Amino acid sequence: MKITREEVEHVAHLARLNLTEAEKIQMTKDMEAIIGFADQINALEIGDVIPTAHVIPINNVFREDVARPSMDREKLLRNAPNQENGCYSVPKVVE
Amino acid sequence: MLYQKSVSQLQHMLQNKEVTSEEVTQSYLDRIEVVDKKVGAYITVATESALATARSVDKKRNKGEVLSPFAGIPIGIKDNMCTEGLRTTCASKMLDHYVPPFDATIVNKIKENDMIILGKLNMDEFAMGSSTENSAYHVTKNPWHLDYVPGGSSGGSAAAVAAELAPFTLGSDTGGSIRQPAHYCGVVGMKPTYGRVSRYGLIAFASSLDQIGPLTRDVRDAALALNLICGHDRMDSSSAFVDTPDFTTYLDQDIKGMRIALPREFMGEGIAEDVKASILKAVKVLEHMGAIVDEVHMEMTEYALPSYYLISSAEASSNLARFDGIKYGHQAKDYDTLVELYKQSRDEGFGAEVKRRIMLGTYALSSGYYDAYYKKAQQVRTLIKNQFDLLFAEYDLVLTPTGPTTAFKLGAKVNNPIEMYLNDICTVPINIAGLPAISLNSGFDRMGLPIGLQLIGKGFDEGTILKVAHAYEQARVLDKVRPEL
Amino acid sequence: MGYEDYEIVMGLEVHSELKTNTKIFCDCKNEFGGEPNTHCCPICTGMPGTLPVLNGKVVEYAIKAGLATHCKINQFSKQDRKNYFYPDLPKAYQVSQFDLPLCYEGEVEIEVEGEIRKIGITRIHIEEDAGKLNHEIGGTLVDYNRCGIPLIEIVSEPDFRSPVEVGIYMEKLRTILLYADVSDCKMNEGSLRCDVNLSVRKKGVKILGTRTEMKNINSFSFAVKAAEYEAKRQIKVLESGGTIIQETRRWDEAKGITVSMRTKEEAHDYRYFPEPDLMPIITTDEQILKWKASLPVMPDVRKASYMEDYGLGSKEADILVASRKMADFFEAGASCSKNPKAVANWIISEVYSRLNEDEKEQGPMPIKGEDLGNLVNLIEEGTISGKMAKTVFEKMWQTGKSPATIVEEEGLKQNSDEDALRTIATEVLNNNEKIVADYLGGKEAAIQSLMGQMMKATKGKANPKMVIDLLKELLEAMR
Repeated sequence: MKITREEVEHVAHLARLNLTEAEKIQMTKDMEAIIGFADQINALEIGDVIPTAHVIPINNVFREDVARPSMDREKLLRNAPNQENGCYSVPKVVE
Repeated sequence: MLYQKSVSQLQHMLQNKEVTSEEVTQSYLDRIEVVDKKVGAYITVATESALATARSVDKKRNKGEVLSPFAGIPIGIKDNMCTEGLRTTCASKMLDHYVPPFDATIVNKIKENDMIILGKLNMDEFAMGSSTENSAYHVTKNPWHLDYVPGGSSGGSAAAVAAELAPFTLGSDTGGSIRQPAHYCGVVGMKPTYGRVSRYGLIAFASSLDQIGPLTRDVRDAALALNLICGHDRMDSSSAFVDTPDFTTYLDQDIKGMRIALPREFMGEGIAEDVKASILKAVKVLEHMGAIVDEVHMEMTEYALPSYYLISSAEASSNLARFDGIKYGHQAKDYDTLVELYKQSRDEGFGAEVKRRIMLGTYALSSGYYDAYYKKAQQVRTLIKNQFDLLFAEYDLVLTPTGPTTAFKLGAKVNNPIEMYLNDICTVPINIAGLPAISLNSGFDRMGLPIGLQLIGKGFDEGTILKVAHAYEQARVLDKVRPEL
Repeated sequence: MGYEDYEIVMGLEVHSELKTNTKIFCDCKNEFGGEPNTHCCPICTGMPGTLPVLNGKVVEYAIKAGLATHCKINQFSKQDRKNYFYPDLPKAYQVSQFDLPLCYEGEVEIEVEGEIRKIGITRIHIEEDAGKLNHEIGGTLVDYNRCGIPLIEIVSEPDFRSPVEVGIYMEKLRTILLYADVSDCKMNEGSLRCDVNLSVRKKGVKILGTRTEMKNINSFSFAVKAAEYEAKRQIKVLESGGTIIQETRRWDEAKGITVSMRTKEEAHDYRYFPEPDLMPIITTDEQILKWKASLPVMPDVRKASYMEDYGLGSKEADILVASRKMADFFEAGASCSKNPKAVANWIISEVYSRLNEDEKEQGPMPIKGEDLGNLVNLIEEGTISGKMAKTVFEKMWQTGKSPATIVEEEGLKQNSDEDALRTIATEVLNNNEKIVADYLGGKEAAIQSLMGQMMKATKGKANPKMVIDLLKELLEAMR
C-alpha cells in the first residue's frame, strides 16, 4: 500500500495535526508500514458477516429524565487556558 | 517488612489492629522515596493526602466504626483514571497540568472504601504502547532488570507491584495493557470481562475495548480487587447488569476435570523458546492436578492484531479529538487563527506514537477507506468472537502465553512500531472478544526475566479463571519471589 | 430565458429541540438561556473520561414525532459519531445517527393555493445540539449551555418547488410537533430552525442542478426570503453562463441576500462510525402502539371533520386547527353546542382577540370550551340577546364562571314576557307623543328611539325582537 505525502497531509489536516517537515517524511514511512500491516485483513474473504460494534449484547440503556444540579462554573472552567466572562475564549472564528 | 505484605495479609493485620494504616502507608511512601528513583513507576506521589487519609481511617477504626475490609489499604492508580483534585496526565504533555473536577466511578469506590491513594502511575501516553517508553515524563524500568522495559501500557502499575511500591494497583487494558506488563514484571494482572468495571472517568483510548483491572502480588489479591472494582454503574452505558459474586469463593478449589484448550497458533512461530518451555511446564502442572489440556486449532488469530490496530486507532482518533487546547490541557503559545491553535496545540501536546495512531485511525475512518478498514475490522471482530464461542462450547478455559517474548531492552523497539505492535499478539484477541483473562508468572527465562501465562475465560466467568489460576499458583515452583532492588 | 423557465428544487433539514426536562446524555437541565456555562457538567462539556447515557424521553419524543409524520420506525436503531473540529463542539464529534435513524419514510401534507401537496420525510434522527459562539472584537467566547440539548433532525425529500411551500411546510411541521407535544417550537429561542438545500434546473430537465445549502435559519419568513433570493441568484448565475458552486451560504437578513460562507474547510469528511459508548435502541411493537395511541388526533383529520361535521369553511377550520389548544377548546365547545359554527365564530372573533400568539398555543384558558358552547346555546334558546351575550362573555373571561351562573347572578335573563312587555310598551308610547307622531308621520327611524326607551325601562333585558314586534303592532294600531 503506497501512501503519498499528499495523503499524509490531508489526513493530518483532518486530524488537526501540524506535522513538521521531518515528521511528514517519517509519518509517510510509518503510515505505509502500518497500513500495509493492517491490510492483512483484506486478504480475508469475508462476505457479509455482520460487523461487531459492541462486544456484549446490552440494549436500551436509558437515563431517567430527572434533572440534577449542574457543575459550579468556576470548577468547570478551572482547567481552561483562556477564559473570559465565564466563557472559554478562542481566537476569532471567521464565518 | 510491611511493604512486602499482600492485600489479604494487610487486611487481617489492620482489622486485628496489629498495624495502623498510617504505618502501612508510611512504609510504602518511604520505599517509594528510595526505590522509585530507580524504577520510575509513579508520575505523581500523593504523600500528604495519603497520610492524612490514613490517619483519618485509623481514627475511625479506633472509634470502633464499622469499616470496609479495604479501609486503610493503600493503592496506586494508573494515571488515566480521573482523580478529583489530583493531577491526571495520561503521561502526556497534553494533560500536564490537568486536574479533573470529578472522580472516576472506580476512584469514588476507592474513596468510599476509605482506601489510601498513594499516587498516579506511569504509562504509555494515552495508554498507547507496550513498553511505557511512550510516557512524556520518564521511562519506567523493569524491577527484575533495570535495563529492560516493564511492558505497557500499564507499566507503572505493574512495576509498582513488582517493586513493592504499592500492595496493588489499577491498570487499564485495551489490547493487553494490564496482562503484558504483568507478564514482563512477574505479577498477576487481570482484565475483567468488558462491562464488568465502570469506565466512567477512565480517559478513553478505545471505548469498545478499554477495561479497568487490577495488578496484584497473587491471585487471592486479584479476587479481592475484583470484589472492590466490579459492579453496575448508571454512568456507563456499557456497564453490564450482572451480579458481582464474592470472587474469593472460587479460590482453594479442586480443578480436577477442568477442560483447558491450548491453541497451537499461540505456541508456534514467533514465540520464544523459553516462553514455550515455561508454558508447557505449566501445562504439566495443571495436568498433574487433574485438568485436561487439549491442543486445539484456532482460526482467525492472525487477523486479530491488524483488526485491533484499526479499531483501536479509529476510536482513539475520535476520543482524542477533544484535546484541542481550548477547554483544558496544553495550548500552543504561537497561533493566529483557530485552525493553527488546534494544529499547533495538538502537535506540541501529543507524542509520536499517539500521532501515529490518530493518523491511522483518521485514515481508516476517512471517506473511501471505511469499508476496507474499519468495517472490515469490525467484521473480523465478529469472526474472532465466534471462534472463542466455539472453543468455549467445549472448554472451560483457553491457555496461552501472555506475550511472545519476555521483556526487551529499553529502546530496543522504539523505532519500529510494527515490531512493538507484535508484542500484543497474544492479548488483543481477548479484548476484541470482550473476554476476561489473567496473566500470572509461570517462571523465568535464561536472563532471569519473568514469563507470563495467560488464562482466558468465558464472558463474566472470571470465577473459573481465578479458580484455575489460584490452584496453579499454589502448585507452581518458582526460583525467585521478588526482585532485588 | 428568464426566471419562469426554471424549476426550483428544494429540500429541508429542520432541527427541533425536544422538550425534555434534561439534556440528551446528562442530568443537566434542558433550559433556554441562563448565564454562560451554568447549565453544564463534565459530560455535556466532553471532559476526558466522561461517558454519555441516553435520556429515554428523547427516544419516545423522536418516535412520536415520527409517528405524527407517518414515518416507519427502525426498531433496531443506533447512534453514531460525526467527527469535526469546531469550538462549539467540545468533544470534536457530535453524537448523531447515520445509517439507522429512529424514523424514516414519512410524509407531511401541505395545502398550497387550495391544492394538497405531499412532502416526503426521508428520516428523523436524534442528535445533540452544539454550544453557542459569541463573536466579540478580538475573539470568540464559547458558551456550552446549549451543548447536549436534545434535537431531532427532520430531513425532507427534495419535494419543494416554490419558496412559498417552504413557509407553509414549516408552519405545518411546527403545528404537528406541538400537537405531538414533543417540542416547544419557540422560534425566538431557536428551538426550531432549518437548513434549506436549493438547486434550480430548466423546466423539463430531469437531472438535478448543483445545490447550495443555507444553514441555521430560525424564522419561517427568513427561510422563504432566503429561498427566493437564492433561486434568483442561481438562475442569474446560470443565465450569465456561470456555474453554481456547491457550498454553504448564510442568509443575511439585514441586507436581504445570501452570502457564501467560504469556509477554507475541505469538502467535509465526517468519518461517521458507530458510537461505542452508547448501546443500540430496540423498540418493540407494543411500545410503538402505546406511543401512537397517546398521540392526539392530528390537524389534518380534525380539519376534515370540522368541515364535514360542523360545516366550517376551510379557512375557519385552518385557523382553529393551527393550535392544538384552540382546536381542543373548540371541540369542547362544539360538542355541547347546538350551533358549532357559532362557537367557531366566537373563538375566531372574541377569543383570539384576547390572546397573544403564545397564549393561543399554551397555558391555561380563562374560560372552558364547554362554557362557550353553553353561551352560544343561551343565545340560540333566546335566553339572552346577542348583545347581552357579549357582556356575559366578558364576565366569563374575567371570572371564569359559567354563562348560566353569570346570567343568574347578574339577573341578565332576557325579558320575554309578552304581557309585561306590552304594558311597558303602552306606557312608553303614552309618554312619548312627539316621537310617536314622528313615526306615524313617516319617520320610521323614530322607532329606534322608542326601542331605546323600552330597553332603558327594562334595564336592557327586554327581548329585542319581541319589543320591535310589539312596538310596531301598537303603533300600527294607532294609525
